Amino acid sequence: MLEELSKAGRYLGQTMRLMVGLPEYGTYVTHMENTHPGEPMMSYEEFFKERQEARYGGNGRVGRCC
Amino acid sequence: MNRLYSKMGWLALALLGAFAFGYIGLQRGESISAIWIVIAAVCVYLIAYRFYSLYISDKVLGLDATRMTPAYKYNDGLDYVPTNKNVLFGHHFAAIAGAGPLVGPVLAAQMGYLPGMLWILAGVVFAGAVQDLMVLFISTRRDGRSLGDLIKSELGPVPGVIALFGTFMIMVIILAVLALIVVKALAESPWGTFTVAVTIPIALFMGVYTRYLRPGRIGEISLIGFVLLMLAIVGGQYVQEHPVLGAMFTFTGKELTWMLIGYGFIASVLPVWLLLAPRDYLSTFLKIGTIVGLALGIVFVAPELKMPAFTQFMDGSGPVWSGSLFPFLFITIACGAVSGFHALIASGTTPKLLENERHARFIGYGAMLMESFVAIMALIAASCIEPGVYFAMNSPAALIGTTVDSAAQAVSQWGFYVTPEMLAQVAKDVGEHSIISRAGGAPTLAVGMAHILSSIGGGKVMMAFWYHFAILFEALFILTAVDAGTRAGRFMLQDLLGTFVPSMRKIDSLPASLVATALCVAGWGYFLYQGVVDPLGGINTLWPLFGISNQMLAGIALILATCVLFKMKRDRFAWVTIVPTVWILVCTLTAGWQKIFDANPRVGFLTHAGKYQAALADGKLLAPAKSAAQMQQIIFNDYLDAGLAAFFILVLLSILGFGIKTVLAARAANKPSTSETPFEALPASALPSA
Repeated sequence: MLEELSKAGRYLGQTMRLMVGLPEYGTYVTHMENTHPGEPMMSYEEFFKERQEARYGGNGRVGRCC
Repeated sequence: MNRLYSKMGWLALALLGAFAFGYIGLQRGESISAIWIVIAAVCVYLIAYRFYSLYISDKVLGLDATRMTPAYKYNDGLDYVPTNKNVLFGHHFAAIAGAGPLVGPVLAAQMGYLPGMLWILAGVVFAGAVQDLMVLFISTRRDGRSLGDLIKSELGPVPGVIALFGTFMIMVIILAVLALIVVKALAESPWGTFTVAVTIPIALFMGVYTRYLRPGRIGEISLIGFVLLMLAIVGGQYVQEHPVLGAMFTFTGKELTWMLIGYGFIASVLPVWLLLAPRDYLSTFLKIGTIVGLALGIVFVAPELKMPAFTQFMDGSGPVWSGSLFPFLFITIACGAVSGFHALIASGTTPKLLENERHARFIGYGAMLMESFVAIMALIAASCIEPGVYFAMNSPAALIGTTVDSAAQAVSQWGFYVTPEMLAQVAKDVGEHSIISRAGGAPTLAVGMAHILSSIGGGKVMMAFWYHFAILFEALFILTAVDAGTRAGRFMLQDLLGTFVPSMRKIDSLPASLVATALCVAGWGYFLYQGVVDPLGGINTLWPLFGISNQMLAGIALILATCVLFKMKRDRFAWVTIVPTVWILVCTLTAGWQKIFDANPRVGFLTHAGKYQAALADGKLLAPAKSAAQMQQIIFNDYLDAGLAAFFILVLLSILGFGIKTVLAARAANKPSTSETPFEALPASALPSA
């Protein structure tokens, strides 16, 4: 029961962050470790800045509805 | 045995839904509880999701759980990430739900709640949700590419460019109409203006915090921001009552227009982390929270619907917007029933995050049903205030005057009981000087929400708080949209202009980006100003143009979906998209035609221009013009608006032509001719376990 609740809480946090364009940092780290071992990896702060720029920085993409 | 139970459950649900519809249909002349609307809507959603969306997923599209998705193929932990389907649902819903589904139904309530309700439900099940699901599917099978790219690759390069032009014009109109809503809500309202103005320093502080003080801590700064926002609402009351501060924050519509134009320009050239991103956090979380709160409120309070099921304004003589039920209801409620803008979202980030193709059903179709429910709630909120108050709030000053006495008299003559005291009391309850002629939907929705939310917490005392909370919540995400939309429009414009002047395409060049931003702001600013000075309230002109453009994009997306079905050799099932395509085309083209040529000057732009031209020839001046030059300006604006409507019609017709050509070619081919990526199996570890 408690485990389920904490899992639901984690998903809720993930959902709220993704709503504003921030995917899981942990997933990124796992991905880099598994597929690009030894290559430079962004810190959380760099990751955050990179994602912020990607979401709002433009290139003409429309990210949300009216 | 389980199957039997399940069947009986669905049968019971269908019966419950039918009973709710019957109850709504038979209660003529008496007010009913909103809970019946909620029950009927939820039953429709559940049944449509369980049966129709499954049919589309399995039979029409053949969603394949073993097929590779872009999220796995290009997984980079950033843009392409396989994402849990519930998490992605939230992301997608937050991206598609905005001001549109809240405002359209409020405006449509002038015909009574039933026409709007029926269109929202039928539209979402057979058109809106189908479009979202199909575009998500098409984009997922093509590496998550954008709508423009999809049209290029399936229909050809020329329709691709046409669609791009159309999209840019939609942006301009949407930004103008959204900004108009804010102006209408904040004009002569020091409380509202102060509260919204304070969000700028709050957002700047949040931006610095997430950049330098504690980088990337979105959760805690959003909480801090939320507390500051609530303080801003409380502070607004103090400002309003203060003689000096109150006057400082009281602005006319024209003044607010210039401020918004200046704001739009500055905000869209600032770095994104400083203002846009932090305000987006606030507006997104506030939006989701308010939607949840409103849903709980409606279920628990179960307010009575005071608006009649139908009003006499179905014939097109309504004061809020003019035009008869067909076709104008179907373009007034766009978001919530079917919204072309969603095609841009469903071919944006969502397909790159989709873990499994089968999830497209839940995310594409399901999230649109949720948005439709938001539209139903907006309709309920607008229908639970006194109809007399509703019409006094939404009718232009040209029809009802500017005082409570003139408004009450005019509205009573239409057959809706209201007294000057009632109008003054509502204004006092929500803490405003006046609520007369606050067209644009937001203030009406705010009164409705204040009515519902104050029944849960705080009673009458809290009504003014909830009203300004609702205004703040709408203004906040509209300002975010103005900022983000101007940015997106700037890039589109640089791309389009770059075709002719190559130096314009340099995104990093400061002069090029400033010129493109200025052009973009001037574009929507022009329409905004025109709307603010319009004696018929502006909404009457701009909202139909917005509706036509949005439905035009929906038509384009549905034509694309139809072409893809034929190219997949699924001709048998193509009616699934042909039926909504035909309906959207008929409504949009008729509405566009009437906006240009209708003989009623309140509907047809050319007739309106003719009326002013005739008066000018006789040497007379018609309101609001005070000089011959202003008369000329109004005539010019009419021609401009007519030209815009004609442009939308032409875009839609040309895409239809290209679509028909594509379908004929696909039918002549003896094998599937889609350009989807070839089949590749999902890695074994990614296959769903069940």
